[in-house]
Amino acid sequence: MIEVDHLTKRYGPHTAVEDVSFRCEPGTVTGFLGPNGAGKSTTMRMICGMTAPSAGGAAVAGRPYRELPNPGREIGVLLDASAQHVGRTGREALTLAARTMGVERGQVAAKLDLVGLNETAARRRVGAYSLGMRQRLGLALALLGDPRVLILDEPANGLDPEGIFWMRGLLRDFADRGGTVLLSSHLLREVEAVADRLVVIGAGRVVAEGGKDELLAGAGTLVRARDQHALRLTLDRAGLPATAGTDGGYVVRAEPEAVGQAAADAGLVLTELRPAGSGGLEQLFLTLTAGASTKEAVR
Amino acid sequence: MTAVTAPAPTLRRPAAAGPSLARLTAVELRKLADTRAGRWLLITIGLVAAAIVTVQIFVLKDAEQTFTAFFTPSLFPVGLLLPVLGILSITAEWSQRTALTTFALVPRRERVVTAKLAAVVLAALASVLVSLAVAAAGTLAARATGGAGTWTFDWHLLPYAAVFQVANVLMGAGFGLLLLNTPLAIVTYLLLPTVWSVLAAMIRALREPARWLDTSVTMEPLLTPDMTAGQWGRLGVSLAVWLLVPLVAGLVRTLRREVS
Repeated sequence: MIEVDHLTKRYGPHTAVEDVSFRCEPGTVTGFLGPNGAGKSTTMRMICGMTAPSAGGAAVAGRPYRELPNPGREIGVLLDASAQHVGRTGREALTLAARTMGVERGQVAAKLDLVGLNETAARRRVGAYSLGMRQRLGLALALLGDPRVLILDEPANGLDPEGIFWMRGLLRDFADRGGTVLLSSHLLREVEAVADRLVVIGAGRVVAEGGKDELLAGAGTLVRARDQHALRLTLDRAGLPATAGTDGGYVVRAEPEAVGQAAADAGLVLTELRPAGSGGLEQLFLTLTAGASTKEAVR
Repeated sequence: MTAVTAPAPTLRRPAAAGPSLARLTAVELRKLADTRAGRWLLITIGLVAAAIVTVQIFVLKDAEQTFTAFFTPSLFPVGLLLPVLGILSITAEWSQRTALTTFALVPRRERVVTAKLAAVVLAALASVLVSLAVAAAGTLAARATGGAGTWTFDWHLLPYAAVFQVANVLMGAGFGLLLLNTPLAIVTYLLLPTVWSVLAAMIRALREPARWLDTSVTMEPLLTPDMTAGQWGRLGVSLAVWLLVPLVAGLVRTLRREVS
């Protein structure tokens, strides 16, 4: 269980995170989405007590993170896979954490095995690891204390497709056994497959939040016609709000029936008409965060 | 809450007890030696002590080759390297960004810092044992090669040596805590005595304060069998300025600093 309550972080005149609130319930995977620089990492660092918030607070397992006596046993944290001493071996990094938490020694080998780091990899220095291997090591570190909550910042970064697939299975399984997962990403497709809930953040503010299905359902209708220009005019005339999709079609904020009727009235030949689904969510994600990412690029 | 009935992993467990300071200190001691850089620093400290003793065997007259004559000179080079150990133990967490993991597991940062200080103090005390050991080896070697090899030792020297090395390592740790940057802390620490002597040589008015503030001057009497009350006073003042102030200010900085 993670409760984020009106978290705000200001750096001088710049507000990195503004009034962010959401909850992650046991048994769910929450995808924390937003373009780079939207405030995802800052929010997660505030949840984990690494950064002091300017206002608001957060609680994990019912308590502010800094008040947990042995947080590693309750919350697995992976904020940055690169943040490992390059001179330590993978096994040594885990051994240090196991000793700190008071986890039995056998768990180190068990977790290395779980994340797919073999004996040879475990003996190598982290400096020689690829980003994908560091992510696996970070995940092993997060799972080491058998926590009930996982907080992972961009865990899919650097993983190959097989690795991403494997991680999804692992997180899904963790949540299905009653765990709480919060994972961030700047790629919608990455979290869409595993998340039950989505929190979308742009320019430091939560711009959309809810169940994935709920957000998908509200995503409108995807429509494509042989004559795209005529379709656009027809939609405008019918007063149906449409935005051009990335691949030529339009996403319309209306039911497929209304869109089909408008096209039929105009005598247009449609080549595609369906609930927008994930394509719509992507569209939503793009529009919601477009302003934010432009601002980020200019800053 | 949603209607999800939580199976085994989410059942309320009693909150796991936090790690004790002893456990954290053991972890920090392990961190001193589990990287190539750390291991070599420790090995170098041992080798330097041994090298000094070897040199003494060759340069000292036979009659002067006593246990004390081997022990005292070995403290200097070790005392120069120990601050680097103190600095690295603190700053490596930031330069290697392992602070992110360390503080995720122990969010009460003052406990981590306390454990680190305890670890480097133990390392400093161990270094005195190393100095004793190499001095003993030197004495035996001196006997074998025709030197005096007498075991004369003023026992006052032992606590003095311990104070000397502990103060050295803690000064390093203080600089590390305050500056949180490896090269900056090492350079600042090593430059400081030089700056003092240069300034004191140039500016007459600084000569008297230097006797109270230049640690290379105030710590010297620790390597002689007797220290006067005045010398203790000057040592105390200099350590308050160069050890206590950086430690306290550094602790405040470390507690407040954003980890990213």
